[in-house]
Amino acid sequence: MIAIIDYKAGNLTSVKLAFETLGVTADITSTPETIRRAQRVVFPGVGAAAAAMRNLHALELIPTIQAVVQSKTPFLGICLGTQIILDHSEEDGGVETLSLIPGNVIRFAPSNPHDKVPHMGWNRVQATQDHPMLSNIDDQSEFYFVHSYYPVPTNAQHTFAQTHYADATFAAALGHENIFATQFHPEKSGRIGLQLLQNFITWNP
Amino acid sequence: MLTRRIIPCLDIHNRKVTKGVKFQNNIELGDPVEMAARYYEDGCDELVFYDITASAERRPIDIDMVREVARAVRIPFAVGGGISGLPDMERVLLAGAEKISVNSLAVKKPEMISEGSRAFGAQCIVLGMDPLAVPDNPRFPSGYEITVRGFREHTGIDAIEWASKAVDLGVGEIVVNSVDADGTRAGFSIPLTRLIADAVPVPVVASGGAGNPQHLVDVFEQAHADAAIIAGMIHTGDYTVSGIKQELVKAGIPIRQKW
Repeated sequence: MIAIIDYKAGNLTSVKLAFETLGVTADITSTPETIRRAQRVVFPGVGAAAAAMRNLHALELIPTIQAVVQSKTPFLGICLGTQIILDHSEEDGGVETLSLIPGNVIRFAPSNPHDKVPHMGWNRVQATQDHPMLSNIDDQSEFYFVHSYYPVPTNAQHTFAQTHYADATFAAALGHENIFATQFHPEKSGRIGLQLLQNFITWNP
Repeated sequence: MLTRRIIPCLDIHNRKVTKGVKFQNNIELGDPVEMAARYYEDGCDELVFYDITASAERRPIDIDMVREVARAVRIPFAVGGGISGLPDMERVLLAGAEKISVNSLAVKKPEMISEGSRAFGAQCIVLGMDPLAVPDNPRFPSGYEITVRGFREHTGIDAIEWASKAVDLGVGEIVVNSVDADGTRAGFSIPLTRLIADAVPVPVVASGGAGNPQHLVDVFEQAHADAAIIAGMIHTGDYTVSGIKQELVKAGIPIRQKW
């Protein structure tokens, strides 16, 4: 069973539907027990980092997430879920986040006013290292993004793919041991996004 | 590079896709879920559904249709029409839509935008606006007045003033639908689209008037649109999404080519 962590940070229906398209059951849940028992865990989210951290505290999910990551369960971060696995986000005046991978989250600061924020739409993703989660996906494939802040991992070895937008070349996919995390939305990225989720279903880190 | 989005628009009336000119003389074109699936397979980047009578009939939007679309496509889609507050927004999002499009009711109740943006994130809240050209009128410095309820009512609000206020309230994107160009298939309103796109920091979607691929090239090159809505030109079968995309690629517009 795949657990999709529900911490009241956005709409998780499309993540669940994407796994259903692949013939796999995924449960949207806030129950620590269910999350700990899951074979695979998805940590999605849209919205603001501070509210997300408050909800994780209130739902007492932080120890659960730490336990899942330590237990080597395959763990997929998506969008805000990806941002808050780093150390710190400059959103909402600065927020300390989960520190599962070292790094920070900063806001786009376009010099060209035609580069709009949020970064919204389909953008090219360039692999920087091989990873099983990226297998059968062509380099320079487009994925769907919607975000105003982007991840900056401290160590280059944690970046697996990059995307360019508004004067920034940022980490579109991060990885470390059993964690893989994307700034884009594989669940809304058509057949190519489904391939990434298919890779997650079979990934044995 | 961020690609320009091509967004088919499906106007829904009685669970059927319809198309009229300036919201009148609507004719049935097909089943919304089937048409959405077809455009998805053919490479559209996003979809938008407007329940065109929900607002006038003061009834909620057709949630079953939203659920079925969410099962049929794996790309983002927006839903509008009859959204009157947070409970409607939540229903639409939980049914699987990515975005909520607000229009007439947000003009009457602007706090709806800030409430939705706080609850679900700015990226979820799309402002649809229907500006009408009113040249040389000192009441409207931008030259455009916002109309509502399918162009039937004037609001006395200037288009730029409303766009800026909506951004401050927390919309994540603005669809600029030209009343003058809507349904004509004679091209987008370049001056209107550029005016709004250059005035706001959020993405702007051009709407109204798409009749051939060159119209899309023009609105991307000349009006700084981030995305463009198409309707009649594909609904009638005169063009396909993939065919339009090929023309845009030839013209050097960054477009998603593999799906």
